[in-house]
Amino acid sequence: MTKPHTTNHEQSLDKAKFGFWVYVMTDCVLFATLFATYAVLRNNTAEGPSAKDLFSLNFVLLETMLLLTSSFTYGLALIFAKQNNKKMTINWLTITAMLGLSFLAMELYEFNHLITEGHAWSASAFLSAYFTLVGTHGLHIIIGLIWIFVSIFRLKQGTLNIKNNNSLTMLGIFWHFLDIIWIFIFSFVYLIGVAL
Amino acid sequence: MFGRLGFDDLPTELITIGGALSMVGGLIAVTAGLIYFKKLGWLWRNWLTSLDHKKIGVMYIAIAVIMLLRGAGDAVMMRAQQALASGDSTGILSSDTFQQVFSAHGTIMIFFVAMGLMFGLINLVLPLQLGARDVAFPFLNSLSFWLFASGFVLINASLVIGEFSAAGWLAYPPLSGLEYSPGVGVDYWIWALQISGLGSLLSGINFLVTILKMRAPGMKLMDMPIFAWTVLGSMMLVIAVFPILTVTLSLLALDRLMGMNFFTSTLGGNPMMYINLIWAWGHPEVYILVLPAFGIFSEIVPVFSKKKLFGYTSMVWAIMSITVLSFIVWLHHFFTMGGGAKVNAFFGIMTMVISIPTGVKVFNWLFTMFRGKITYSSPMIWFLGFIATFTIGGMTGVLMAVPAIDFQVHNSLFLVAHFHNMIIGGVVFGYMAGLTYWFPKFTGFKLHEGLGKLAAWLWINGFIVAFGPLYILGLMGATRRIDHYDASLGWQWLFIIAGIGVLIIGAGIATQILQLGYSIWKRKELRDSTNGDPWDGRTLEWSTTAPPPHYNFAVIPEVKGQDSLWTSKQAKTTTKQSTTYNDIEMPKNTDAGIKLSAFAFLIGFGLVWHIWWLALIGLFGVIIQTILHLTKDDHEYTISAKDIKLHEQHRLKGTSL
Repeated sequence: MTKPHTTNHEQSLDKAKFGFWVYVMTDCVLFATLFATYAVLRNNTAEGPSAKDLFSLNFVLLETMLLLTSSFTYGLALIFAKQNNKKMTINWLTITAMLGLSFLAMELYEFNHLITEGHAWSASAFLSAYFTLVGTHGLHIIIGLIWIFVSIFRLKQGTLNIKNNNSLTMLGIFWHFLDIIWIFIFSFVYLIGVAL
Repeated sequence: MFGRLGFDDLPTELITIGGALSMVGGLIAVTAGLIYFKKLGWLWRNWLTSLDHKKIGVMYIAIAVIMLLRGAGDAVMMRAQQALASGDSTGILSSDTFQQVFSAHGTIMIFFVAMGLMFGLINLVLPLQLGARDVAFPFLNSLSFWLFASGFVLINASLVIGEFSAAGWLAYPPLSGLEYSPGVGVDYWIWALQISGLGSLLSGINFLVTILKMRAPGMKLMDMPIFAWTVLGSMMLVIAVFPILTVTLSLLALDRLMGMNFFTSTLGGNPMMYINLIWAWGHPEVYILVLPAFGIFSEIVPVFSKKKLFGYTSMVWAIMSITVLSFIVWLHHFFTMGGGAKVNAFFGIMTMVISIPTGVKVFNWLFTMFRGKITYSSPMIWFLGFIATFTIGGMTGVLMAVPAIDFQVHNSLFLVAHFHNMIIGGVVFGYMAGLTYWFPKFTGFKLHEGLGKLAAWLWINGFIVAFGPLYILGLMGATRRIDHYDASLGWQWLFIIAGIGVLIIGAGIATQILQLGYSIWKRKELRDSTNGDPWDGRTLEWSTTAPPPHYNFAVIPEVKGQDSLWTSKQAKTTTKQSTTYNDIEMPKNTDAGIKLSAFAFLIGFGLVWHIWWLALIGLFGVIIQTILHLTKDDHEYTISAKDIKLHEQHRLKGTSL
C-alpha cells in the first residue's frame, strides 16, 4: 500500500526488509526440518557412540558464549551505525567477525576431533544427522561472516551508505537468527544429548 | 579430470539416441536460425536480460511448452509399451529405459510443465491485477526464472550425456540410494530439482511480498481478485514447504556423495523418513499447483457468465482453509507405511475434510453460472471439462482417503488415474483456460476460437478415454509402473484403449500448436478491437492496453471495492483519461541472473559427474556474482513524465513511436 508521504526509495527499503524477513522464515523451516531429522535419528547410533559419549558441555558452552557475545557486539555496531559513527561501526563489526571466526574455528576443531576419533558422518545415522544439522548452521555462519567482511570493506570504501541502508539491518536479522538457531542446537543436541 | 564422465556415457539405445539427436538438433537449429536472422543480440537485450515480469512470464511458458512436448512424448512411449508388452511380446522399451521414461515423465510434468505454466501465468497476470508496475523484486524474479531454466538444461542434458533416474518421480530410497542406483541418473534428478526448486522458493517470497506490499492504492485484501488470493495461498505454501524439499534432496545427495546414512537401510538410516519428508513437501505441492488454477476459473466464470462471483468471502475462506489443511494430509500417500490405526484415521479424516472447502468452490462456480448470461467460448469449455473430471477425481480421492480401501488400491493404476484426474483435469485444464483467456492481453489478438474449442474437446475426451480404463485396471490389480504383464490377465484391451486416449490428447496438443500458429498468421483478423478488454473484463488487468506498456500503467489506478474495473465501467468513468503523468522508476535490464544460474548449473553438473573442480568454479562464481550484484546500487532508471506522455499518446492511438 502506498502511503502518501513515503518516497520510492523508502518503499523499496520497506519491501526489501519485509522480503528478507520472509526469507528468514523459510530458513527457519529449513532448520526445523533438520531438527526433526535429527530427532528421528538421534538414537540410531548403529551400536556406535551416542551424544552422551561424544560431547563435552564445557567446550560447547564456550562456543555458545562466543556466539551470544557476537550478537551483542553486532547490536553495538548497529547503534553506532544509527549515530552515523563510521569508525566505531567498523570496529564493532570487526570484533563481531572475530568472535564469529573463533566460533567457527572451535566448531571445525570439534568436527575434526570427532572424525579423527573415528566418528565421522558416515559411521551412523545419528552422526550423519548431527554433522548435517550443526554443519548447516556453520555454513550459515560462513555466509554471515562473508557478509560482515564485505560490509566492513564497503564502509571503509565509502560505498555503503551508513544511515539509510537496509544492508546492515538485514545482516543483523540474519546474525541474530543464527544465534537463536544455535540456542536450539545447544539445547536439543548438546544439553539433552548429554542429559538423556 | 572429468570425474565419472567418459565417451561411453553417450546414448546407445535407439530411442535414447533419437531423443538425444532431436535435443541437440533442435538446439543447433534454433541457434543457427538466431544467428542467420541476426536476432541473437535482440534476444539478449530484449528478452533474456529483461526484468519485465511480462517477458519473464512468456519465457516461463515457452520452457513449459517445450517440456510439455517431451513429457507427452514420454507418455506416448509408456502407453505404447503397456499396450504391446503382454505375454511373449516385450514391447518397444527395455525395462531400464521404461523406468527412466516414467521417472522423467512425472518429474518433467510437475516440476517443469505445471510449475512453469503456473509461474508464467502468475508473472503475466498478478502485477497487472494488483495495479502494480512490476513484482516486488524484479531482479529476484529474473534469477528465479533463470534458476528454473538452469534446472531445465540440466534435466535435458541427461538425455544426451549419461542417463536419467530410474527411481520414479520422487526417487524413494533405498532404491535411489547409492547401493541400488550407482549411476548418474538420480544425481541428475536431485540437482535439476534442487536448482529449479531454489528458483521456486525465491519466486514464492517475491510474489508474497508483491501481493502484501504492492497493491494499488485503495485495494484492500478483500478487494483483490480471487486469482490473487489463490496466488497468495499458493505462495504461502511455497514458502513453507520448498525448504523441506531443499533439505530432503540435500540429505539424499549427502547419502550419495558423502556416504551418510540418512535413508540407507544400514547403520541406522531410515528410508521411511524420506517418504515422510518428501510428501510433507509433495502434498502441499499439489495445492500449490491447483490453487492458481482455481483462481483462474474464478476469474473466467464471472466474466463469461456476466455476473459477479457467487460467494466471494466463502471463496477466500475456502482458499485459506485448503492452504492450512494441505499441511496435515501428507500421510495419505503412504497409509501402508504401518503408522497404526490412529495415525491413519487422523490423516484419512483430514483428507476427507479438505474436500469440503473444495466442494464449496465448485458450488460457488456453479452458482455464479446459475441465471447468468453464459458465453460458451473456449475458456468456458475448459471449465466445464474441469468440473466434470475434477469432481470425478475428487470422489475417487475421497474413496482412497479411507485407509482400508487405500490398502487395496495403493500403488495401483487406480491411484495413477486418480492423480491424473486432479493434475490434468484440475491443473492443466485451468492453465489452458488461463492461457486462452489472457492471451489477447499480451499479444493484442485472440486465439482462434474454433481450434481452441476443438483442442479443449480433444483433451477432455482423450482424458476420459485414457484414464477411465486405468481405474478399471487398478481395481483388477494392475500395479503402476509395470512394463510387462501376463496375457492371461486379460488386461491388454484396456491398455490399448488407454493408449488410444493418449493419442486423442496428443491430437489435442497438436491442435493447440496449430491454433497458435494459425492465430499468429491470422492475427490481423483476430485483432482485439477493444485495445485491451476483449472479454468485457472485471479486473484491473483489462484496464490497460494490449499489450500493456512495459510500465503497465501510466498512472497507477485508484481502487474502490471488488471488480473495480467493472464498477467503473458501469459508472462510465473509465473513458476520462488522466493526463497528469509522473516520472516512473523502472528496473534496468541485467544479465546477473543468467550468470548466477549458469554458475549454479556448473555446480549441478559438477556434482552429478563428480567433477569437483567444476563444482568449485561454480560455487566461487555464485559467491562472487552475488556480492557483485548486491553491492551495486545502480539498479533503476527513470522514465520522465514527458516521455510517458508522448508514449501514451501514441499508444492510445494505436500507432508506434
